[in-house]
Amino acid sequence: MGAASNPALLEVADLAKHFAIRNVWKRRVGWLRALDGVSFSVRRGEILGVVGESGCGKSTLGKTLMGIHRPSAGSIVFEGNEIANISPYESRSLRRHLQYTYQDPGASLDPRWKIGRSLHEPLVIHTDLDHAARDARVRQILHAVGLPESHLDLYPHEVSGGQQRRVGLARILTLQPSLVVLDEPTSGLDVSVQATILNLFLELQKQFDLTYLFISHDLSVVRMICHRVAVMYLGRIVEMGDTETVFARPAHPYTRSLLAAIPDIGGKRITDDFWLEGEPPNPGNLPSGCRFRTRCPIADAGCAGQEPTLQATDPTRSVACWKAEATS
Amino acid sequence: MTTEHGPSVTTTTTPRRGTRALLEVRDLEVSFATDGGVARVLDRVDLRIGEGEIVGLVGESGCGKTTLARAILGVLPTNSARVGGGSIHFQGESLLDKEPDTLAREVRGREITFVPQDPFGSFNPVFTVGAQIRDLMRWKSPALRGDRPPMGRRERQRADHARVVELLRTVQIPQPEQALAKYPHELSGGQRQRIMIAMALLPEPKLIIADEPTTALDVTIQAQILKLLRRLAEDHGVAVLFTTHDLGTAYEICDRVTVMYAGQEMESATSEAFFNHPAHPYTRKLLDSLPSRDRGLRGIPGEIPALVKPPPGCRFHPRCDRATERCARERPSTETLGHAHGVRCFHPTRPGAS
Repeated sequence: MGAASNPALLEVADLAKHFAIRNVWKRRVGWLRALDGVSFSVRRGEILGVVGESGCGKSTLGKTLMGIHRPSAGSIVFEGNEIANISPYESRSLRRHLQYTYQDPGASLDPRWKIGRSLHEPLVIHTDLDHAARDARVRQILHAVGLPESHLDLYPHEVSGGQQRRVGLARILTLQPSLVVLDEPTSGLDVSVQATILNLFLELQKQFDLTYLFISHDLSVVRMICHRVAVMYLGRIVEMGDTETVFARPAHPYTRSLLAAIPDIGGKRITDDFWLEGEPPNPGNLPSGCRFRTRCPIADAGCAGQEPTLQATDPTRSVACWKAEATS
Repeated sequence: MTTEHGPSVTTTTTPRRGTRALLEVRDLEVSFATDGGVARVLDRVDLRIGEGEIVGLVGESGCGKTTLARAILGVLPTNSARVGGGSIHFQGESLLDKEPDTLAREVRGREITFVPQDPFGSFNPVFTVGAQIRDLMRWKSPALRGDRPPMGRRERQRADHARVVELLRTVQIPQPEQALAKYPHELSGGQRQRIMIAMALLPEPKLIIADEPTTALDVTIQAQILKLLRRLAEDHGVAVLFTTHDLGTAYEICDRVTVMYAGQEMESATSEAFFNHPAHPYTRKLLDSLPSRDRGLRGIPGEIPALVKPPPGCRFHPRCDRATERCARERPSTETLGHAHGVRCFHPTRPGAS
């Protein structure tokens, strides 16, 4: 993969986001550690998948990178600049090339604005371009996402849901971002449409030289399009590495259970042999040591002591598990 | 109502080995009045569920699977929906001919129960889970059918409580006594769904209709719930109609699968035949559009039609590469390809041709 030699576009170190848990009298009774020491880097031109179940902190991660949440600790270096914990005003110009899409980017269009106006707006806010220059760029991008120019004069309700999604994507691309955080971009899509949208992501990535942080709970999609993948559990990355390595030889017991839970048509039925028991513990009250140990089939007394950190098992993958060596 | 009944709407019933029909839907037509006109949401749909069988009803959004489930339960919205024709027979009796009161008292919640997609919306937030299950027992428990010896109030309460705890154990709720004292919001989504399944089993029904029961859950919890549902259905000998948009979950749990597209059922087969030898072009394309390393990413060109003005004939024909002029004129009748394998297509892939 050509991305391997590229420099890091985004460097995240020990990022944490803790939310206060308050009782009815607004008194703080504990901390919910939604992100608890997350470190990774994204190279230019790469697609990094972030997977995990609900409550694992993957969306908090995306939102903290975007400055929607203020990080509790840690650093975020984007294009060589530190963007964690600086004021929104200062970070505005630094974050211009960092964009975020919600689950349905079409839903963030103003229903009372024509599509053309929605596409001009980010350029008006962030650039000094005159109307003609803005118009040229808007038309170019509209073409890239596969929409006719006549759509500029339509309202969002006049186009189909799939086209709204494309307009939402076009809106993000007008600012020529280098990194796009895609937060669950395929959830709620029918499979017959999903492939088309994923192909569009890949085409746009090539055409605009984009880097994606692809947040998803759908492992089969992540496997298809991501170069590397980070698996999160309760606010921490438990395993990270090349997609092929992680999917072919998962080292962390949690990754193994996630992979085992994906329905595999033609394969063994999970209703016959799925083994993971229980549900994730309350994130406000985590177990000591490894946070997966309460559900882990291979945990022993040693796992309750210290929390494992990410250790490289091979050149392309690292895992946070005390027993990784013994099992991989 | 103007319908384009072709010359060949006669349907051949698929013969089944050993199992008697529990539910038989024939030529069911349901339309909804909308602002844009009359939407024909179900167009002459057939469905058959044998006793104790887990049948998957698969399709993309807007294909009519939820409408079909609601029609069977008799809970279509009365102001906008209209049943235009066809029949629903449950244990030999016509459900469409029953009085709504009789249906509510004797069938729904008794013989046929329901597991929703979002269990939170089906609980009352201001009562504990235990209170709601006991309430259900008062009204729908099989014990009320007269096979319980007379007992005092306290005695009965204790017996009810013991039965509820037992039930929660069968759906693998840890610490059932504590769970009963909790309010719905204090339980996780997976636990709420387990309790919903317990409540659906409580009246000892013949058929459970589960409408996308695992869609809102994480994959590991989904796997647990699917496993549980399958085991309970087998232990209790209850049939399940399992609607889902996810072919993967259908593969995991179903004995037989029926696939729908834009209000028409397209193909119905045993899981084995459905996933190994799909015959309908839509089924084949749908299976091909699942992400896979070998195939790459393949969608189906085009969009799902609006049901207010659906394409005539086979509703899939505008997106189908095998479509001929005949497909746009008339809707194919069911052709039986193999054992219990019915397909509604003029140009199916026949076994051996692949």
